Order: sequence, then structure tokens, then C-alpha cells
Amino acid sequence: MGRKILFVTTDQQRHDTLGCYGGQVARTPVIDGVAEAGVRFDRAVPQSVVCMPSRSTILTGQHPTTHGVWMNGVPLPDDAPSVADVLHDAGYRTALIGKAHFEPFLDPFQRFTENAMGTDTRPPGGVHRGFEHLEFATHGALGPTHYARWLATEHPEAVGGFYAVLDHALQVNAAGGGDSGAPQVHVNPIEKGWYHTDWVADRTIGWLDSLDADDDWFCWMSFPDPHHPWDPPQSEMGRVDWHDLDLPAGYPEHAADRERILDAKPRHWRLWYDGSLVSNYEAPAEWVPASLTADQVREVNARNAIECELIDEALGRVLAAIEARGWVDDVDIIFTTDHGELQGDFGLLFKGPYHVDGLMRLPLVWRPAPSTTVAPAVVSSPVGLVDLAATFCGIAGVDVPEWVEGTALPLTDEAAAARSGRVLTEWDSELFGVGVHLRTITRAGWVCTAYLPGTVHDGSEGELYDLEHDPLQQVNLWDDPARRALRDELLDDLWSAQTVPHDPRLQLQAPV
Amino acid sequence: MPRGTVRREVRIAVPAEEAWALVGAPERLPEWFPGITEAAVDGDSRVITMRSGLPMPEQIVTCDPILRRFQYRITAPVVVEHLSSIDVFDLGPDSCLVSYSCDADPATMALIIGGAAGNALEHLRDLLEGRA
Repeated sequence: MGRKILFVTTDQQRHDTLGCYGGQVARTPVIDGVAEAGVRFDRAVPQSVVCMPSRSTILTGQHPTTHGVWMNGVPLPDDAPSVADVLHDAGYRTALIGKAHFEPFLDPFQRFTENAMGTDTRPPGGVHRGFEHLEFATHGALGPTHYARWLATEHPEAVGGFYAVLDHALQVNAAGGGDSGAPQVHVNPIEKGWYHTDWVADRTIGWLDSLDADDDWFCWMSFPDPHHPWDPPQSEMGRVDWHDLDLPAGYPEHAADRERILDAKPRHWRLWYDGSLVSNYEAPAEWVPASLTADQVREVNARNAIECELIDEALGRVLAAIEARGWVDDVDIIFTTDHGELQGDFGLLFKGPYHVDGLMRLPLVWRPAPSTTVAPAVVSSPVGLVDLAATFCGIAGVDVPEWVEGTALPLTDEAAAARSGRVLTEWDSELFGVGVHLRTITRAGWVCTAYLPGTVHDGSEGELYDLEHDPLQQVNLWDDPARRALRDELLDDLWSAQTVPHDPRLQLQAPV
Repeated sequence: MPRGTVRREVRIAVPAEEAWALVGAPERLPEWFPGITEAAVDGDSRVITMRSGLPMPEQIVTCDPILRRFQYRITAPVVVEHLSSIDVFDLGPDSCLVSYSCDADPATMALIIGGAAGNALEHLRDLLEGRA
């Protein structure tokens, strides 16, 4: 009997929403406890700041250039490598419960397995991407997910309480709600126990209960929250009163300050803020960020915090179930997310081609199985989600396949010193004639982004931030002559580390 | 941006006439478009059924065997306006280019249809080249 793996992901969660990362709003004692007993990574970086490419990186251990999923709506090929396959072949029982999103959501033709499983939990052929058990959920109660079908069957009166993620034109909905009228905020009367966060935990516990005591298992428990819409159960709203919240440090309250900071960045920042450019499908096209008010930032943060608390409590129930099975000493717990959320930084919400901490600094904690007697630690060196596949292999005691580009997460900064120290992130979007392309390196306290030629960039633009002295990335040093040598050295490292592009280039098959 | 346009194309190693024999036959759509299970044709009307069970009424606008162009409109209220065009271009004795262009309002519908059509063209190529 080997080590078991509980892999927990959330969707679009900032690192500073957790107490163990200094968060002051949400109470997250369960995750904080996992971090205290294990290793907390202070600079965990995604390889893409949108769902499908990032999740594909987690599964394949490859950068987006390599696995080919360059944007939401580009499906990961069915025959793409999968660490879940490796674990399954090694005898692990495997499950993914919650949000998968390796395949597009908007799929009326039901061409993709994620949308065509009906109520089955065993995929066609017995295994899909290495998982023998699949139960899907996403944001809301519509679509062909298991959660949507369950809610429609068991509690049909609750279906209409969710926010409509898309509007009548199938765009990401810009409609506002709550007290402040913030976009994607909505009062949801659903009972807490019927909300997808509790459902994901319930189904995870159900699957774990179905296993034999001596099974080795890999369970990816994937919460759809705290990704927008921010419509947690109304019964929980008393947890955090948005009126009481301070504005986040990354939100300059005066418009002139916001605009001065944005104007020092490549021009697509300000163009989006002003409502002059929609470059992607990741935020409401009809929403103009310049219209965001301080109260809206507060209300979004409060609702986000409530969703984080619900996740924390749901995780606590799953950990209690694991303890009841007598597995605690042999279970590794890894908690992370796929990417962050701007959540008011620079006067912006949602996500997009903006490689700054709001989207790029992720929560990542790993509590190795207590039977391994690993000492608690904080690792400050940069690591990536690309490193997770190799980490899972290491936990399971199987060889890391040659197609994996990441390396196992270090347990200490001393161990991290043997790594390259660089982490790469990329963005490619093409939407109705608008192309934006970024390549980023995070290394040794710096984050440097180069822009490739695109619709509003000529290829000479970039961003360079000193993470220690400018933790909010408000001062772009790209054109600072005093930093030119550093910038050039980072760029040399960035370009030399690029991976071989997937051939053929995969096509966008849906908006998301 | 209410209106969107998406174009996909694929080069296929068969004569243009061979590709047109399939593409230009509106009732044969389920043979090469994954996710479409039925296509009932009545005059210039076609109703396709998607794997989800959802029917979609369409109007055939053009079926020109000389130009090798097929065009149709979705007539369901899910779109304000839609026109898709499939063209087969002769590239030589054993080669052709098939393009699928979709213009739609709302724009997102162009991504949904055009995106699925790109996958369908790849399936068409595999089918005609004997790889499917």
C-alpha cells in the first residue's frame, strides 16, 4: 500500500484570500492547518492565467506551448499525456470530481466527453484522461454536468436562483446585482447544502467511501468557486459584511492614480479599462472597468471571501472522512488553484492578458503524508503548476515520464536551489481579429513580460517588476535604463527556455 | 460587437469533385460533422439534430455544383442573423481546399458553429483520405 493523493483545486483564487498567505477577510482554518503542517509555496505561478490551458498544464506537466491548449475553447486532445493515466497504470484508483474543463463548455453538439456523459460516472471505455470516475460541476446549475442534473432532479426550485453566467448574446454576462450593482454579483437563495461547493465535497466523500481500505488513490477534488459569478448561498452572507471591508491594497481609490499606473503599462491595459478594447472572452464584453466603484470592489471581495470559507469548510468535511477511514498518515494533500483573479487590482476585475500577482501568485500548499515525516517549511523560490505532475509521480513512487516538463516540487528552499529558478507563463488570445500574445518569466524576485506583435502591440513592449520593492506591480521598469542589463538577461533566459510548439497548432473550437 | 465571423479550412488529398459529392449533399451532413446525428431535407429546408437532441431548422441558400459552394442560414431564434458558406476549391487533380465560413449575430454563435466546423473539416479530411 502506497501514499494516497488528495489533490484539491479551486478556480480563480488569489493567494491572499487565505489566512496562511496573510488574508484578513476569509477565515480558512482548514487550509491554514494543512499549510502549517506541510509546505507552503510563497511564489507559485501558473503557466497560463486562464482555465483550460492551466488545467491542461496540471494534467500533462507541460507548458501550454507544448500541450497546445493556448486559450479557453481549445480542447486538450483526447490522446494528450496525463499524469492521471500514469497513476492509474500504476494501480491507483483515480477520480476527478467537480470542474474539469479540459474540453469546451459551449458544446451543443456534445462532441466532448465532459459534456456527453449524462448521468454516468464511468467514462466510455472505462477511463478518460486517466480517470476512472468522473462527476462534473461548474459555475451554476445549467449545462450537462452531473451537478446540474442532480440539482434539476432533486431541487429543481433552486436551479433558477443562480446567476446567468452568459447573457442573451452568449457573452459573459455584465449584469450587476447585490447591493452595489457589481458585475457577476447576484443574490442566490439556494440552500447551502445544495450549492456546488458542498456537492463536490459530498461526491468526493461518496467516492472515497466506495474504495477498499488498502486501495491507493488519486482524487482530484475541483471546486468551481471562487470564480465568478459571485453568487454564494444568501444564507451565508452574514459571514462577511462588505461595508466593513477595507479596500484592497492593489486598488488605487482615485481614478487619476489608477490611470497613471495603467498608462505606464502596455496600452491594452488602459484600452480595456476604458472600454475601448475587448481582446478575449474571459470578462464581460459589455462591462467597462472604469465604471468599477470602491463599493463594488468591497462587495466582490466579501462574496469571494464567503465562497473561500465554504470551500475551506467543505475541505474540512472531506479530511474528516479521510480520518474516519484511518488513512490520514498515508494521504498527501495538495491544495492550489488554476489561476488568480484581479479582484479590484488596478481598478480591474476578472482576468485577461495581465501577468501580475493578482492572476499569477497562487496559493499552493502541500502536506506530505505524515508517514514521511517531512518537516513543515515555506518555500520562497518560484515554482509552477507545471511541477505538479512530477510531484504526483514522486509521491506515487513511479518514474516521471519523459514528456513531463516540470520537476517535483522542492520541500525546502535549499532543495529549490538546485532548480533553474525560472517559471514561465504565456498568453495567446485571438478573438475576432484581435490578437494578444505575452511571454513571461518569473525569477529571483523579478517578473518580466515580453509582448509579441499583435493587434495593439508592435513587439517592443514589455513589463518588468521588482517583486520585493513593488509588490503591487505598479511601477513598470521595462524602459528603465538602469534595469536594461537585467531585463536583457531575463529575456535571454525567457527565450532560451521556450518549449517546442504543439504541431499541428490546435484550433479554437468554442469560446470557452 | 454583435456580429462575428469565423473561417476554417482544410486541404484534402482528393479531387474537388469527390469532396463536393459529400459536402454538396445536405442530407449527408451527419456523415462528416461530429455531433450532428440527423439531417432531414425538404426542398430548401433542412432540420439538423445535434447529439444533445436539440433540433435546428435551417434554410439552404445556395447549393451550386459548378461553383462548388453550399450556403445555409439557421432560422431558429437562437440567432439574429446567420450565414455559413462551405466552398470547395480545386487545387489540382488530387487536391482540394475546403473552407467553412460562418457569420453570425450574436458573434459568439460564430465561434460555436465555426469552431465545431473546424473539427468537422478535419473529420472530413480523415474520411476522404481513408484515415477515419
